[in-house]
Amino acid sequence: MNYSKPDLRTKLGSLELKNPVMTASGTFGYGKEFDSLLDLNLLGAIIVKGLSLKPRGGNPPPRIVETPCGMLNAIGLANIGVEAFIKDKLPWLKRLDTEIIVNIYGESIDEYGELANLLKDVDGVSAIEVNISCPNVDSGGMAFGTDPYVSARVTERVLKNTDRPVIVKLSPNVTDIRLVAKEVEGAGADALSLINTLTGMAIDIESRTPILANVSGGLSGPAIRPIALHMIYQVVKTVEIPVIGVGGIMNYRDALEFLIAGATAIQVGTANFVNPRVTIDIVEGIRRYCIEKGIAEMSELIGSLEIARD
Amino acid sequence: MIDQDIEILFNRMIASETFLMGLRSPEIVAAAKPGQFVMVRVGYGVDPLLRRPFSICGLKEDDQFFVLYRVVGRGTAILAERKEGDRLSVLGPLGKGFELPKPHQIPLLIAGGIGVAPLFFLAQTMKTRDIEFMMGFGSSNEIIDLNKIEALNTNVSIATDDGTAGHYGPVTDLLEAYLNQHITGKDSLSLFSCGPVPMLKRVVDMALDGGISCQSSLEAFMACGLGSCQGCAVKAASKESREYYHVCRDGPVFPIHSVDWKILKVC
Repeated sequence: MNYSKPDLRTKLGSLELKNPVMTASGTFGYGKEFDSLLDLNLLGAIIVKGLSLKPRGGNPPPRIVETPCGMLNAIGLANIGVEAFIKDKLPWLKRLDTEIIVNIYGESIDEYGELANLLKDVDGVSAIEVNISCPNVDSGGMAFGTDPYVSARVTERVLKNTDRPVIVKLSPNVTDIRLVAKEVEGAGADALSLINTLTGMAIDIESRTPILANVSGGLSGPAIRPIALHMIYQVVKTVEIPVIGVGGIMNYRDALEFLIAGATAIQVGTANFVNPRVTIDIVEGIRRYCIEKGIAEMSELIGSLEIARD
Repeated sequence: MIDQDIEILFNRMIASETFLMGLRSPEIVAAAKPGQFVMVRVGYGVDPLLRRPFSICGLKEDDQFFVLYRVVGRGTAILAERKEGDRLSVLGPLGKGFELPKPHQIPLLIAGGIGVAPLFFLAQTMKTRDIEFMMGFGSSNEIIDLNKIEALNTNVSIATDDGTAGHYGPVTDLLEAYLNQHITGKDSLSLFSCGPVPMLKRVVDMALDGGISCQSSLEAFMACGLGSCQGCAVKAASKESREYYHVCRDGPVFPIHSVDWKILKVC
């Protein structure tokens, strides 16, 4: 064991990352926008903006508003569509020395299957992350992720249509996230990522109208970190598969909280807007912490939370 | 595009609630084009969280640039307290700037309030040409004088909403008067505007009526400023190939026919 060169590698099922730091979907575009600001090859993984079967323009503006220690977004899942991604964005991305994970969402279980199928055998895609926090048009717009049974069906359909590791991204807007986690694990997911954004809103007191055109949006940023952390802690105790922690991580100390709670890897989202180099700073911060604490590899850190028992 | 912690050279109030800040960065100065902006972290904490976008207002020598801002909320209130010698985290220059007018065209710059910022930089770039710079403010105590950056030899005309200085009325009255007095070929003029949305819309209407080329600098709430989060969307005109443009990357400068002006809201 080399204590001056900690091994930061971590495994999500069959997928090995060189370090536990990933960029969260929707916050890093398709990667290239950040290319001149940091060395993307140093990242554990890049998760690209969520893709749908057909391109989507997104919601009318205003789509974002700042809130205390965070922001609300109602971007509306704007994306170029899976085919344009494969043709125009992936060729550049796959030359990078980092894992490229494609986030997908559909409006029906069938669409999830079709998307997975289109990505089958596509060179350069290391894994699929399934966004189930979007509305299911087949059930009046209720988010897939609010229903454990439906979440499991989506998971099964994706697994049936792909040979890549499947990560399911859970919604926190539920009564008990452990129920969804258990069902999705039972359906065969290779890993879970949580949390997606929390539903919130803001009102303009001069015009007495909602600030977001969509009325509500998803809250992200430091304000949600304690909620995310606790949900990750709960889910880690509930499932055997790897859990990827995401929600309000701004620096390496936040990231360490998630790893100690049991997250096998972490995603950084909103923080990229504040400090485009935050992911690299976090990798280095984790490395320094490990050297300082004499931690040689991630398995010594992940889930090392101690709870006193009286 | 550069991400730097740079030195604040000065930060002073130059009109009612309006501040001019000088910053040192040879790299940003070398890359900056008029119409571009920077994303600024007003403090170092997580609240307020997001960077604020500010147009680059002008350049001086090879290492100084300026931003102009009005104190309108928590972020700008914090920025107003920053001191000379402090360091500020700045990301930029960002966005698509103005396309310079053709050599035979007379540039007309129409600014509403703080919108004078990107247009001053544009005027600096075109200082050897005959420019008409029209500026509108609420009142005489809001008039922004940027001659401390550079004394430009431009024709400046002022309008105030309350008549306490210059023409009594909106700045678009000045444009209307100019267009009425100078009936020339459509292609002989080029309009550049920046200011409140109602003002931008009136300028666009006049440009469309007269068949005059017009570029407008828009604002929007922004999170990343890089074209990545897609938060700063503006509806594209119906014949465009995309449904939305992003103010930070496709703009902030938009030619007249690219944006759906009817839908554009105050942000």
